Amino acid sequence: MRALLKNRVLQMVLLFTVALVTIGAGDTTDKFSSIGHKMVCVCGCGQILLECNHVGCPDSDRMIGELRNKVAGGGSDTSIFNWFVAKYGPTVLAAPIRGGFDNAAWIVPVVVFILAIVGTAFLIRRWKGRHMLAVPGGAPSMPFAGSDAVRDRIRRETEY
Amino acid sequence: MPHPMPQFGSFALLLALCLSAYTFLAGAFALVAMQRGLQLRVSAERLAETARRAGLGSFIAVLCAAIALIWAAFTNDFSVEYIREHSNIALHPAYKFSALWSGQEGSLLLWSFLTTGYAFVLRLRHRTDVRLFAYASVILAAIQIFFLALLNFAAEPFSLTRGVIPADGNGLNPLLQYPEMVIHPPMLYLGYVGFSVPFAFALGALMMKYPGEKWIRITRRWTLVTWLFLTVGISLGMHWAYAVLGWGGYWGWDPVENASFLPWLTATAFLHSVMMQEKRGMMKKWNVWLIFLTFMLTILGTLLTRSGIVSSVHAFAQSSIGDWFTTFLCIIFAVCLFTFFKQSAHLKSEHKLEAVVSRESSFLFNNLVLLVACFTVLFGTLFPVLSEYVQGSKVTMGAPFFNRVAVPIGLFLLLLTGVGPLLAWRATSLRSIRRNFVLPCAAILGSAAILMLSGLHPWSASSEDLEGQLYALVCFSIGAGVFTAILAEFLRGAHVVATQTGKNLVASGWTLMMRNNRRYGGYLVHFGIVVLFAGLAGAAFNQSKELEMGFGDSLTIGNYKLVCLSYTQDSNANYDTDFALLDVYRGNKKLTQMTPEKRFYTASQTSSTIVAIHSTVLRDLYVIFLGRNPETNRPIIKVFLNPLVSWIWAGVAIVFAGTVLALLPGLRPMLSNKAASVMPDRELQTVSGD
Repeated sequence: MRALLKNRVLQMVLLFTVALVTIGAGDTTDKFSSIGHKMVCVCGCGQILLECNHVGCPDSDRMIGELRNKVAGGGSDTSIFNWFVAKYGPTVLAAPIRGGFDNAAWIVPVVVFILAIVGTAFLIRRWKGRHMLAVPGGAPSMPFAGSDAVRDRIRRETEY
Repeated sequence: MPHPMPQFGSFALLLALCLSAYTFLAGAFALVAMQRGLQLRVSAERLAETARRAGLGSFIAVLCAAIALIWAAFTNDFSVEYIREHSNIALHPAYKFSALWSGQEGSLLLWSFLTTGYAFVLRLRHRTDVRLFAYASVILAAIQIFFLALLNFAAEPFSLTRGVIPADGNGLNPLLQYPEMVIHPPMLYLGYVGFSVPFAFALGALMMKYPGEKWIRITRRWTLVTWLFLTVGISLGMHWAYAVLGWGGYWGWDPVENASFLPWLTATAFLHSVMMQEKRGMMKKWNVWLIFLTFMLTILGTLLTRSGIVSSVHAFAQSSIGDWFTTFLCIIFAVCLFTFFKQSAHLKSEHKLEAVVSRESSFLFNNLVLLVACFTVLFGTLFPVLSEYVQGSKVTMGAPFFNRVAVPIGLFLLLLTGVGPLLAWRATSLRSIRRNFVLPCAAILGSAAILMLSGLHPWSASSEDLEGQLYALVCFSIGAGVFTAILAEFLRGAHVVATQTGKNLVASGWTLMMRNNRRYGGYLVHFGIVVLFAGLAGAAFNQSKELEMGFGDSLTIGNYKLVCLSYTQDSNANYDTDFALLDVYRGNKKLTQMTPEKRFYTASQTSSTIVAIHSTVLRDLYVIFLGRNPETNRPIIKVFLNPLVSWIWAGVAIVFAGTVLALLPGLRPMLSNKAASVMPDRELQTVSGD
């Protein structure tokens, strides 16, 4: 009976989650805005193309116009990016997305993060293992915590 | 006849270099003599004392140089090239003062001033531990020599204007004519430069095989204060970027910003892991390298932004001093590496890790994530250089890259902020985990459900908003969990005190905080970080609109309606200004009047926006005067509605308060032993079998 109830609760949680995730879902992709936010203005301000707010900026108005034309022309995202890169150079892209060596920018931090997590977990297990080996019977070398001296030591070691 | 002040300043810098060189050479010689028991004509102790006094004198000399430069700024002495380039007659006196750090030479002088200033305090307090302080003093003298050599031979602040001396100067960069710019750079530099003190202590303690962990206790306040200065400095920089640059944001992942963030990350890691060394005698090698790394990153950051290696909108112009910094960095690394290998036997851990689930493990993970964050930011900052080397073309590493890579790491860190304090030192029992983690986990799931039910559906957002809103959802949920964890932990302790002493919960909470101000100061800092992250997450819901506005025209954004009353021009001796007068309504109620400006500075012939901000607890109305349409002559107004920005500044204020609380001298003796004896012993229970 308890198992059945548990299953029912799990099913309801799953249903609730699916319902929440799908409520309001819909395709509202704005290609112009999406691409415009992945490029920078080439005037030297270093700002995202659609956020460049320099009045009299020699580049942003023209670039935004070009982007509008390209999006209206119906090209794919990649073809539009390629067109801008060919015209303004690779620095027009706000992040490296051309493939090849550019992929290293995305992969290296993730690999380092995973390696560091796995490495630390391994290190902790190894240290822990050594400690257990050093103590006969594998128990921590913690004396009975009743004496004042031990209480003082623990308090000192754990006060923050 | 030219004023003698520039010559005086120049001489003071040369004198400071000589005194620093003497401090280094005589101090090092005295230490070697003491260590080897060499017999000198003058006793080694007396020689060391002369070195110390010369070190004190070097600060006075640099102070004189700084005064000479400020004097030149206030007297409009344009015979000094630096003053001609960074000041003008009409400049406000406060900004004339800040001209000291507005250019390369002046900022290096400020760096030297602060280095010698920190060293001055250290040398005055030498009786705390004469030998250790002598080592630290010699190491600091070496750092002084580098910066003073730069000032004397490569970036001279007192070099004279060639040819005819102009009647007026070029003026200060308009972007720097903002009140925060008077305190932001000194704060940041106090943070940067301050890390040379714990670095000097760490290297000195390692060189002399200093017994025990006393050097860490001695440097704890130095490190915390320095970290606090850097935190405040970075935050002021964010606020300046927000209020002055006029793009609606506060952090653009510019190389200069990244350069200040890198040492902050490693210093934060050090502040956590140093507790393991202080309390458990563990991670000594790790800690030494963390503080070495932090100091080296301050130098690397300076190298990156002053050498032209990476391009930045507000980096200093490309100059030859990059070679100086590269050489200095190599020397520091070589000295650290050599000393570490020579003395590494001295850095053996006294304790081993006793359990996988423990405070020690959480510190390890926290350190790891902070270092990965540091690596990621550094890698992203340097990738354009790497790309040019490999592919022959530079790439841009803008916010889209950093937000995608660094934000998940930040969220993981936020999670650890809540997990760490719930784990006990040495070992945490399963029962303790269940008891401590149920509430925070419930808060995470509950807040996520409430947010989704309230309409936060990242999956239905547009493609460029999806990522930001998803991160925001995760951030708010984790933040709620961390806040619950901190609050529950605090209330649990306060409740025990209340039960034992009969005081009410508020008084018991106060007693608890005062009894262990360091621990609860830390918790307050964690709470501040939660608030700050919530503020950052608010950026996912930013809105903006741009409109050309004539008399009586209105613009609606969110619940606000802006009506243009007028637009006009004005001028004074320093700048011409063009501004609009806008009434702001919410519903039918007038809230305020805003005047966004665009200024044109006469001396520097450059323009700058003066943003108008109406800030509330929940959102900022951020209005920019972009300029006038040349055809209609009407102003173009851009308006941002930025949610939760004030939470960022509130978070920083809480971090500040928490750090100050943790810095206060031990308050425990002021409290009764009774209060101290009734403290909850969660850790005690867990290690004794709970």
